[in-house]
Amino acid sequence: MTTPIDLYDGSPVLTLDNVACIRGTRRLFSDITQVVAAGELLRVQGPNGAGKTSLLRMLCGLLAPTEGRVLWRGEQLSGQRDTFGHNLVYLGHAAALKDDLSPLENLLDACALGGHPTDAAAALAALRSAGLRGHERTAARRLSQGQRRRSALARLALCPAAPLWVLDEPFNALDTAATAWLSGLIEAHLQRAGMVVLTSHQEVALGAAQQQVLQL
Amino acid sequence: MTSRPTSTGGLIDGFKTVLRRDLRVSLRRRSDTFSTLIFFVMVVSLFPLGVGPEPQLLRTMAPGVLWVAAMLASMLSLPRLFADDHSDGTLEQMLLSTHSLSWMVVGKTLAHWMSSGLPLVLLSPVLALQFDLSASATGVLVLSLLLGTPILSLVGAMGAALTVGLRGSSVLLSLLVLPLTIPVLIFGAGAVEAHNAGLGVAGHFSLLGALLIVTLMAAPWTAAAALRISME
Repeated sequence: MTTPIDLYDGSPVLTLDNVACIRGTRRLFSDITQVVAAGELLRVQGPNGAGKTSLLRMLCGLLAPTEGRVLWRGEQLSGQRDTFGHNLVYLGHAAALKDDLSPLENLLDACALGGHPTDAAAALAALRSAGLRGHERTAARRLSQGQRRRSALARLALCPAAPLWVLDEPFNALDTAATAWLSGLIEAHLQRAGMVVLTSHQEVALGAAQQQVLQL
Repeated sequence: MTSRPTSTGGLIDGFKTVLRRDLRVSLRRRSDTFSTLIFFVMVVSLFPLGVGPEPQLLRTMAPGVLWVAAMLASMLSLPRLFADDHSDGTLEQMLLSTHSLSWMVVGKTLAHWMSSGLPLVLLSPVLALQFDLSASATGVLVLSLLLGTPILSLVGAMGAALTVGLRGSSVLLSLLVLPLTIPVLIFGAGAVEAHNAGLGVAGHFSLLGALLIVTLMAAPWTAAAALRISME
């Protein structure tokens, strides 16, 4: 991708400017320049240990880049920590579920903390669309790995207002039905000019028009 | 798409959400609270057995023993304050939240105190019976614990935030936190001793109150900064 950074036109846009990451003494990646514009999907690929998760954490502002800058709408992430969280849904490796709470309680808390508070009826509908009908009030520790994933991903159905979705291996542990459901959510988000950055080992058919691949 | 949270509502919302969530979690896993309480009871009960049934000696020892046992008991659940959130990924979500991280730390610390510190305070009058403390001295003891245990939780939150994600952090955490809580022990146990000696306790309580205010101002902010560093 060679779009120059100064082509920024006011639409929600995420820019990586010569970003490098050094963890300990290892240089994971360097000189990564990438622009994600509204309605685009960026798939980050690379072998295990290549730094995919580190890159995603940089996009969220959880990790400061060792070199280079991460820009959101033309401004550095580090300077807008208080407001940037509102634009973002980050789903990491761990499902961010409290084992003792139910998917419903987890979802309501996650939405409230993410700055998109919602009510129980909407949360129940989202969990049902995620295929968790009948498990909405089961303790999360009794759910299978795939059900935990679905429970975490149900947040996406409730946060369409957040333009940037950063998803770390979202298709892990999902069955075909859930994969199709998640692909549908992602496509719908791209169609309303949202942005999705994800890592995935499996090839998932996403009919997105604007799909970029970043190879680490 | 870019609606921003209202300034003051946002602060309290994060605090309330985290407080409610953590209280709910601790209600559903009561074993943590019970093990803290049982540890407290065990340690306190070992002393009369160990030093023999000498009423005057027991009365003199009581405040110190109860206070030290309360401090050690409140150390037990401290390593898990942020470690659970770290391992299940909810800590990252808190860091990304639009709400103030310091207020969320206050919520977590308050929930921690309500599930580990407050039960100790409520149980302490029963244990004071073993030491033949007078009713008024027991009252002073309970009050001093009520003022002092929140300080232990707050100072503990700073230590827990600094050591989150470290291997074998629980010993390190105790080594970090216990020296910082020595003033609380001195003034807390000192209040009961002063009362037993017929002196006023107002000075001790004022100092405990001042310590509580200072830690309440500094600890959440420090812990929030430490969490951001630990999570890099």
